[in-house]
Amino acid sequence: MSLAVRVIPCLDVDAGRVVKGVNFVDLRDAGDPVEMARVYDVEGADELTFLDITASSDARATTFEVVSETAEQVFIPLTVGGGVRSVDDVDRLLRAGADKVGVNTAALQRPELIAEIAQRFGNQVLVLSVDARRAADQPSGFEVTTHGGRTSAGRDAIAWVRTATELGIGEVLLNSMDADGTRDGFDLEMIRAARAVTHVPLIASGGAGTPAHFCEAVDAGADALLAASVFHFGVLTIGQVKDALRAAGHVVR
Amino acid sequence: MGADVVVLDYGSGNLRSAVRAMERAGADVTLTADFDTALEAKGLVVPGVGAFAACMQGLRAVRGDRVIGRRLAGGRPVLGICVGMQILFETGIEHGVTTDGCGEWPGTVERIEADIVPHMGWNTVEVPTGSTLFDGIEDERFYFVHSYGVRHWELDDTHPSMPARVTWTSYGGDRFVAAAENGPLSATQFHPEKSGDAGAALLRNWVTSLS
Repeated sequence: MSLAVRVIPCLDVDAGRVVKGVNFVDLRDAGDPVEMARVYDVEGADELTFLDITASSDARATTFEVVSETAEQVFIPLTVGGGVRSVDDVDRLLRAGADKVGVNTAALQRPELIAEIAQRFGNQVLVLSVDARRAADQPSGFEVTTHGGRTSAGRDAIAWVRTATELGIGEVLLNSMDADGTRDGFDLEMIRAARAVTHVPLIASGGAGTPAHFCEAVDAGADALLAASVFHFGVLTIGQVKDALRAAGHVVR
Repeated sequence: MGADVVVLDYGSGNLRSAVRAMERAGADVTLTADFDTALEAKGLVVPGVGAFAACMQGLRAVRGDRVIGRRLAGGRPVLGICVGMQILFETGIEHGVTTDGCGEWPGTVERIEADIVPHMGWNTVEVPTGSTLFDGIEDERFYFVHSYGVRHWELDDTHPSMPARVTWTSYGGDRFVAAAENGPLSATQFHPEKSGDAGAALLRNWVTSLS
């Protein structure tokens, strides 16, 4: 036996509410992150990820409440990303009940933040979130973006994964901005390129549309698979994805 | 009222989940670093995340190492979780630096030798016969997240009066301790508080054994 491939649903949370169209029929309140987390737990999610897209800092207090409530009711690992800028932000989220914290823009602007977080809490809490897209002018052919893929960070995505690994991250969440929302499959070349430069676990994200897509991503080197809309809209269930992975010879929980 | 359990509060990290999971397992839980309260509780849970050296420093600052030692001398149950298990051993080696642990068990905590580290996710375990913690959940998966582990169980486990029951897990060609049960001292490398229903069952097994 060996370690199971993880299947991770991702919820976008704005001021304490799930946004980006969730379409579950048997939910009392499809906008309630706690309720959604409970449903995904029952369906066999191996972890949960909350992406906090709350714009105003006033409303971010609700994020901590949502994390707390979720951690009190759902007993699988919870990662929270979005707007994490400092060691104090990480401390607050961990105290609220998060197990891992996703860091993106702040680490690009100030890479020493990675080492600061790793020294204080251990590298296992730190997920480097990389929003990447194809860019012919970068050596690897992939660049890092910020602001939800709208802005180029002017930086090679694969080189960034390598650098961040050396600085002490615990995991990489690699999100293809080109594939995101297409349901045409993960960017397998990007996964292979990142796999080649990092020894930490790799979560592939962006483009999932069919169970076969998840299998391809594992074959390309992903240790875990993250998806949002296909699960939220009921296009696929976590069970279907795991059945497909199992049939393809991968170990699942 | 369930058995009263103290979750030792030293340093930062996610303690809320540990407290809630123990409550779910039927315990009355207090989160504290108070020496006497931790000493008196029916069960003591020692959580732990992050680096071995930082954890030992935090533990010593609240005299947690003394609480553990005194409880064990009195035969009172202690459960270490993740780095809370690692610090029970003699030494930890991180980045070439050796740090003294509590030394309740002989042995060394060292870096896992696998292509992909941390060992992160749900893995199976090899449970020995006679385990209390894994009673009824021998075939379940548990959630691990760690870069260091105990490769060699050095305690003489043939001693008939106080048998140690060691549970192992394998990952990436390496093999290390997943859990150990030795008289009043139990510990898991994985996170039962994050291991869903299987983890809840394990914690219930421990809480039930307290009374």
